[in-house]
Amino acid sequence: MTPHELIIAPFVEFEFMRRALTGCLALSLGATPVGVFLLLRRMSLTGDAMAHAILPGAALGYLLFGLSIGAMTIGGLAAGLAVALLAGIVARGTLLGEDASLAAFYLISLALGVLLISLRGSQVDLMHVLFGTVLALNDAAILLIAAIASVTLFSLALLFRPLAAECVDPTFLRTVSPLSPVAHYGFLVLVVLNLVGGFQALGTLLAVGIVILPAAAARFWARDITGILLAAVVIAFAGSLCGLLFSYHLGVASGPAIILAIGAGYVLSLLAGPQGVLTRRLLAHRHLEA
Amino acid sequence: MIRFENLTLGYERHPAVHHLDADVEPGDLLAVVGPNGAGKSTLLKGIMGLLRPLEGRILLDGLPRRRIAYLPQQAEIDRGFPMRVEELVALGLWHRIGALRGLGREERRAIGDALAAVGLTGFERRSIASLSGGQFQRALFARVLLQDAPLILLDEPLTAIDQRTAADLLALVRRWHGEARTVIAVLHDLELVRAHFPSTLLLARELVAVGPTAEVLRAEHLFRARQMAEPPDEHAALCRRGVA
Repeated sequence: MTPHELIIAPFVEFEFMRRALTGCLALSLGATPVGVFLLLRRMSLTGDAMAHAILPGAALGYLLFGLSIGAMTIGGLAAGLAVALLAGIVARGTLLGEDASLAAFYLISLALGVLLISLRGSQVDLMHVLFGTVLALNDAAILLIAAIASVTLFSLALLFRPLAAECVDPTFLRTVSPLSPVAHYGFLVLVVLNLVGGFQALGTLLAVGIVILPAAAARFWARDITGILLAAVVIAFAGSLCGLLFSYHLGVASGPAIILAIGAGYVLSLLAGPQGVLTRRLLAHRHLEA
Repeated sequence: MIRFENLTLGYERHPAVHHLDADVEPGDLLAVVGPNGAGKSTLLKGIMGLLRPLEGRILLDGLPRRRIAYLPQQAEIDRGFPMRVEELVALGLWHRIGALRGLGREERRAIGDALAAVGLTGFERRSIASLSGGQFQRALFARVLLQDAPLILLDEPLTAIDQRTAADLLALVRRWHGEARTVIAVLHDLELVRAHFPSTLLLARELVAVGPTAEVLRAEHLFRARQMAEPPDEHAALCRRGVA
């Protein structure tokens, strides 16, 4: 098999492969930077919980209107934002921490979502909602993912300084600017938006993979925030490309193949990145002058 | 002038600062001292508006809170974030650059000057995670310097740092005092307070004494402060003080 047949031909020959790649490119550009900030704010598990929280809303949309992108998106957004808000209120108003209240809400959401889908749908529909259908992205889904990526990049550019300040020293931001709640809640909205976007391609369970894994991998390559953001986007897109090609040539499920390829990127980064385990071990016996 | 009027601050209805009445004159260099749990850090949070009074009020003489520089204890800052020293220090220019404006030549010079003033020239591009405790405190002082604030609040600014760093940072505090800024610092080292701070507020949840340092830090006041400091009582009755 020539390199052309291996890498280029699948995308030249099949429109569904081009659409899948376009969707993954948009997700890499939008969802991955959000993942970097989730990681840096030590909120990786929050991202996971929020991904589950989307399910009952999307399921309700499905129950009422079938596999309609609009209804499932609006439902998912509403459920995600409601859980983020409720978990915040419970965490601030009671003894329970934010992690525990999020866990409580997402478990309820996951069970409720699966129950709702099972009321009307088949096993296939459930798999579609949980793991996505990246090879069946239609125009509306691609436009939605691209629009979310655009809004995300624009918002992150606007909120970059307050978000960074909020990560390092939230008290400082509160004392110098009224933007602290804007940064906090605006960021949560971006998280939900991107999980809803990712859900179209990768389903509620796997969407968080393209958000968090590239960000975690990028930490092993760069020391400053710009470098981490760039590395995360490159890892996400390269992983998506490899995953789609594995799925095409080996005939395996595309969503899990993409997340596994990005996961392989994470393991590689963990071992061989400049901040990775092997590099640090190799350099450990050589100390610097100062 | 800052005025505390019958001020009670606390957590979950338990007072950490109880019925405090005191004035701080403009341009004063005031040390806030007292045992652990005496409400010193709580008082600074109250001034910043980070904690709403349970009773009474704090009058700031028209000074907007955003023009107060506040240096919290280091434990409240996440140094794991990949940020360079110059980026951390630049946050002190927030009142000029806000969330969106880039750094111009003048701002970059101000950052360079602030880093030079705290002895961190050459550290501009170092990550904040790589700094020692003392160096990081110097960087935070540079940020306060850039805030150019008329009122500066420092919460245990000289804790866990070496003598040379403490001396350098203390010189900066005295420079702010010389520039007629009001500085309020929470401190534990009473010898240092006696040597450098003209005024002191001795707190043990309730006010023990406030005024010239030599008068406040008398043995009987310090003894009383130690007697008064006790942990919050889960079964405490409602405070009736001031209720007709």
